[in-house]
Amino acid sequence: MITTDVLVIGAGPTALFAVQQLGIIGLKAEVVDNLDKVGGQCRELYPDKPIYDIPAIPVCTGETLTKNLMKQIEPFNTNFHLSERVEQLVKEGTKWKITTNKKKIFVAPNIIIAGGVGSFEPRKFPLKEAEKFEKNSVFYSIRDKKYFDKKKICIFGGGDSALDWSIELSKNSKVVLVHRRPEFRGTPKNVEIVKKLEKDGKIEIETPYQINSIEGDNQIKVITIKDDNGKIKKIDTDYILGFFGLIMKLGPIAEWGLNLDKKHIPVNTENFQTNKEGIFAIGDICTYPGKLKLILSGFHEGALAARGCFKLARPNEKYRFEFTTTSKNIHERLGKKQT
Amino acid sequence: MAKITYIEHTNKEHIVEVPNNITVMEGAVQNNIPGIDADCGGSMACATCHVYVDKKWFNKLEKKDEGEEDMLDMAYQPNKFSRLSCQLLVSNELDGLIVRMPSKQS
Repeated sequence: MITTDVLVIGAGPTALFAVQQLGIIGLKAEVVDNLDKVGGQCRELYPDKPIYDIPAIPVCTGETLTKNLMKQIEPFNTNFHLSERVEQLVKEGTKWKITTNKKKIFVAPNIIIAGGVGSFEPRKFPLKEAEKFEKNSVFYSIRDKKYFDKKKICIFGGGDSALDWSIELSKNSKVVLVHRRPEFRGTPKNVEIVKKLEKDGKIEIETPYQINSIEGDNQIKVITIKDDNGKIKKIDTDYILGFFGLIMKLGPIAEWGLNLDKKHIPVNTENFQTNKEGIFAIGDICTYPGKLKLILSGFHEGALAARGCFKLARPNEKYRFEFTTTSKNIHERLGKKQT
Repeated sequence: MAKITYIEHTNKEHIVEVPNNITVMEGAVQNNIPGIDADCGGSMACATCHVYVDKKWFNKLEKKDEGEEDMLDMAYQPNKFSRLSCQLLVSNELDGLIVRMPSKQS
């Protein structure tokens, strides 16, 4: 069990800056994120795209922004619990007991949800019947490639994940690569290798096709694929793999008894608290009149939510506003030498 | 200004007037038309504003760029009339445009 002042859900830019604001006012935070790295959407979805509206930074990428924010919170030695998802919240006395999918337990008076638009999950095949085969013959990631040895495999997708695995699995298995259009968006090198493997008879490529049906009892036996004009092809296969990128799902957040407005959590704009005391929501996931989904708005929301947390984390103390330029307390927290 | 018809997968129609220089996605979101999620807010990073453009209109639109085509790989049941509505800028020329939404966006 880990006790802390604030549990922050999410590790995107808004979350990271909230950690900074918490640190500045002397509160300790722990951060949980479903992804395997910090940075959230701006690192996962558009790491190389330029961002032009961070104040005083004319242009930077999601990657750089994340690195700088991590640098900024270095003095606070924050613990990050990555590849981990918060599943359950229960109020115990004045504190929240928070349980993750890895059964880790946190106890904190405050929770800041900076969850973007939820957690990233693989996009799945559009067929309902795909779900029932997910345990043994439909996959969206590969844990152990030996499982696929000497089998018939159909891989769907046009990006590098689809190409990488087609190349890798074709060494020991029969691979059919299916994509909705003749062009692949993977790196030119991967595309070149795959085309060569096709020429050498090591991989079959079927374009422009998409999945149309899956048949089988416990395990997939046959699938059909269909093109835009309705032409259907049948493929015998043991496994199908789909690499369609990630999608954001609200997930367990929807189960916590918070008011929801579509996929967003309404908050007050004084301290960004939700309808539950001690639970705050900031960044893209929160909504209020005039809400802008900008990173800079998320920073502001985090600053105010941090002050909101102070009240419950230090019930016997009075919060005093201080500037980072002059405050000795803050300089100490930042590990700066006194002048 | 363009009158745009958004048709849900249930065939429910929404006809709205959308001002120029915003996107077809924004036209839907601002009018609370269901069926377009637009999770990423229009930065072409999520493929949840996917629409099927009416076939009479498809070739009248500006061609999609490579980035949009790449994102459409991840859309839910794309077809040859698929576009991301965040990439369709409204102008007088789009008056009468008809788009259909998929049964879901993810």
